[in-house]
Amino acid sequence: MDRVPILKIGDVLLVSIQIDLQDQTVLALQEDLADRIVKTGARGVIIDITAVDIVDSFIGRMFATIASMSRLMDAETVVVGMRPAVAITLVELGLSLGGVRTALDLEKGMRVLGAPLPAVRPGTS
Amino acid sequence: MSDGAGKAHLPELLRSGREAVLDRWLEVVLEGVRGRITERELKAELTELYALIERAVAGGDEEAGRELRAALAEISRSRARQGFSPSETAVSVFAVKQALLEQVSATADMQAYAEFIEFSSWVDDLGLVTFETYASAREQVIADQMEQLLELSTPVVKLWDGILGVPLVGTLDSARTQVVMETLLERLVETGAQFAVIDITGVPAVDTEVAQHLLKTVMAARLMGTDCVISGVRPQIAQTIVALGIEFGDIATKASLADALAYALECSGIQVTGRTEA
Repeated sequence: MDRVPILKIGDVLLVSIQIDLQDQTVLALQEDLADRIVKTGARGVIIDITAVDIVDSFIGRMFATIASMSRLMDAETVVVGMRPAVAITLVELGLSLGGVRTALDLEKGMRVLGAPLPAVRPGTS
Repeated sequence: MSDGAGKAHLPELLRSGREAVLDRWLEVVLEGVRGRITERELKAELTELYALIERAVAGGDEEAGRELRAALAEISRSRARQGFSPSETAVSVFAVKQALLEQVSATADMQAYAEFIEFSSWVDDLGLVTFETYASAREQVIADQMEQLLELSTPVVKLWDGILGVPLVGTLDSARTQVVMETLLERLVETGAQFAVIDITGVPAVDTEVAQHLLKTVMAARLMGTDCVISGVRPQIAQTIVALGIEFGDIATKASLADALAYALECSGIQVTGRTEA
């Protein structure tokens, strides 16, 4: 079974979903993430779904579950990089992801969590 | 229209009376179109049609029949686009019967009369072709206009760096909401805007359905990390919304676009100050 890698940047855990999510993968991810939050004492979780084209209600609920779970362990969750089509699907499914914060891309997500960003050389931003 | 060689009086009449029939036809049609198409143009069209009719009536010329239908279809399409009425378009075809009948009665040839009846029902068929093409051309025009209207009425504009504006004009139905939502979300990705102001000044009425559509749009934008402000809530609309018991929840609403922009600027930490006199 594929596992989604969890990367650590400073105080933040980054989960970048690059594969088709099966229900099993999602459950494994939730477990792994809970373990990592406890182990690293992370303050924030960023779920990057730039590469996700298709969502269903199960995945929609996953975001909410991860968010509540992380909040219990004092880490804030931000979902970043949602595509327009995905956003429309979730709204049509009636999932507004109440407790989840969102941002347009990874950079803005880091800013939402107040995580320090690598210095940008002038003229390249 | 293929008769025996010996008794085909009508083709002969069409040939010999070409000038007279054509002139009369032109006269009748011109009366109907009243200067919206020049006589020269019309004459060229009718002469072409007349030649095709002549060939088709003479018999044995399948090609002419097909060409005639194609030419008629082309003419009715252009008539439909120029805004002629259906009867005006159909008359251009049917008038040939009147013109020819006058010729036939002048000769008082019983055989020609008999053939004319057949000719008449054949022209009716042609008239139907004209009408069908006319109708489908008009439908096409309407469909095109609807599409244009949909695009025209859903612009997404940039109000400030990181602030988008969506001025909505006209009634919001599901199809339009879909277009608004898609356009807005696409632009969010393009511009990376943090705020979107949805202005409903131009929406004539807000009922539960419209409110539902607005909420959906705001939710979708939120999922992409953008906050929405709804502006342009007129007094009557505010009353309707309250009377219908619609809840906008924690979505910020403002009375005017200016208020909404000021709010968005404040939230983005931008301060606008007037220049002080030195």
